[in-house]
Amino acid sequence: MLKIEKLNKYFGDNHVLKDISLDIETKKTTVIIGSSGSGKSTLLRCINLLETPNSGVINLDGTELDFSKKIPGNVKKSFTKRTGMVFQSFNLFPHKTALENIIEGPVVVLKKDKKTAIDEAMELLRRVGLEDKRDSYPNQLSGGQQQRIAIARALAMKPEVLLFDEPTSALDPELGAEVLGLIKELSKEDYTIIIVTHNMSFAREVSDEVVFVEKGEILAKGSYDDLTAMHNERITQFLSYLD
Amino acid sequence: MDARAIEILTESFWPILKAGLCYTIPLTLIAFVLGTLLAALVAIVRVSKVPVLNKICELYVWIIRGTPLLVQLFLVFFGLPKVGIVIEPMPAGIMVFSISIGAYSSEIFRAAILSIPKGQWEAAMALGMSYPQQLIRIILPQAFKIALPPLFNSFISLVKDTSLAANITIPEMLLTTQRITARNYEPLLMYIEVGFIYLLFCTVLNFVQTKMEERLMLTPDEKKKIQKINDAQA
Ligand SMILES: Nc1ncnc2c1ncn2[C@@H]1O[C@H](COP(=O)(O)OP(=O)(O)OP(=O)(O)O)[C@@H](O)[C@H]1O
Ligand SMILES: [Mg+2]
Repeated sequence: MLKIEKLNKYFGDNHVLKDISLDIETKKTTVIIGSSGSGKSTLLRCINLLETPNSGVINLDGTELDFSKKIPGNVKKSFTKRTGMVFQSFNLFPHKTALENIIEGPVVVLKKDKKTAIDEAMELLRRVGLEDKRDSYPNQLSGGQQQRIAIARALAMKPEVLLFDEPTSALDPELGAEVLGLIKELSKEDYTIIIVTHNMSFAREVSDEVVFVEKGEILAKGSYDDLTAMHNERITQFLSYLD
Repeated sequence: MDARAIEILTESFWPILKAGLCYTIPLTLIAFVLGTLLAALVAIVRVSKVPVLNKICELYVWIIRGTPLLVQLFLVFFGLPKVGIVIEPMPAGIMVFSISIGAYSSEIFRAAILSIPKGQWEAAMALGMSYPQQLIRIILPQAFKIALPPLFNSFISLVKDTSLAANITIPEMLLTTQRITARNYEPLLMYIEVGFIYLLFCTVLNFVQTKMEERLMLTPDEKKKIQKINDAQA
């Protein structure tokens, strides 16, 4: 289980995450929604330590990080390794082929031997349906294909938690659909997944739990149906705005 | 053109070209290689904000870019002997030109590194890479591709700038020309000739540069970044 307790994050004077506490259950899919600037990305980025929270505790299956103390670099790194991140803008390495993108982490960070890494990467390429693109460079791939490679790159690290930050926002609906389809499949498997999205029909389909973030606080959480049935004015307003 | 002019030009052509092959080109090449290595180190120190060293590098770039190259040459060659440091002309030239390239090209590298989107650092970090791994495996290969064309420009400039070394008695092309002129009193012919040889060198290099840029297969985005760096250098 991923336990977040009283997490605070400031950017200068801007108090972006306010005492966030949240339990994310293993093998479940959690969807984070909320209006722009509410702190969804920041929360996700705190979970894999792309941002360092100012205070609070994150506990992943017994490994505890207390941000009110200074955390050594190597502790941070080994924590980050256990999470995988998929970005809105893919962020594939443009000087590496699809295959090289996927094996980069396993070879460089996990110190796997190259042959094993390639075998596993080929398996992942099949998994995301892009076996024939192994030697293509990112700029030779469509946005949807790039994002699927980016997902394979994250999966190659065998992360315990998979984080998606608006994985289809940079894609037109058709290409987005192939990525959403893939994420949907992953959510049925044993992955622990956290997704930030504005796509509510997708949220309804994949989520075990939906978390509504507003101005750096968790305003509500529950199953999709719970949330829509809450008749919370702010949530209803938000949802109607998206339709 | 009369026969005497042709004779003067043909007689002096080989000695000047030889000075180019024996001094101008080696001086340029060695200083460029050393200077570029220095530049890369300085850029990495500055981008990584290494404490103390970062400030020293900043100071170094500020001083070198803010003073004339000729003054630097004079300082090292004529000034340092006053405090007992006597350096032979060629080593002095290599040193000053390397230090100069180190400062100017560090700005090229730095701009190239800073032009790589933040998302590249983040993607590398998210894989759990250490800072040196992020830099060496992900950022520098991309930055180097962008830095290459501007670096080549500074190489071409250096070929011409080495003519300043005539002032510290390195017998490169300009000093050789001056010496021949002192004998034949034909400054107009002689400086046209040496100018022509420099032009020849630079034209060849420009050709090589064009070929190299074709082979780099730059994306429009990379071209834009390169343009920006070139503009900032000019
Ligand atoms: N690196 C940063 N430096 C300073 N402020 C930041 C930084 N990143 C985010 N912020 C600020 O933190 C707040 C929350 O940003 P965040 O990106 O987490 O919002 P979000 O909910 O993901 O929004 P969106 O739906 O637009 O992606 C915003 O006010 C933003 O301006
Ligand atoms: Mg966001």
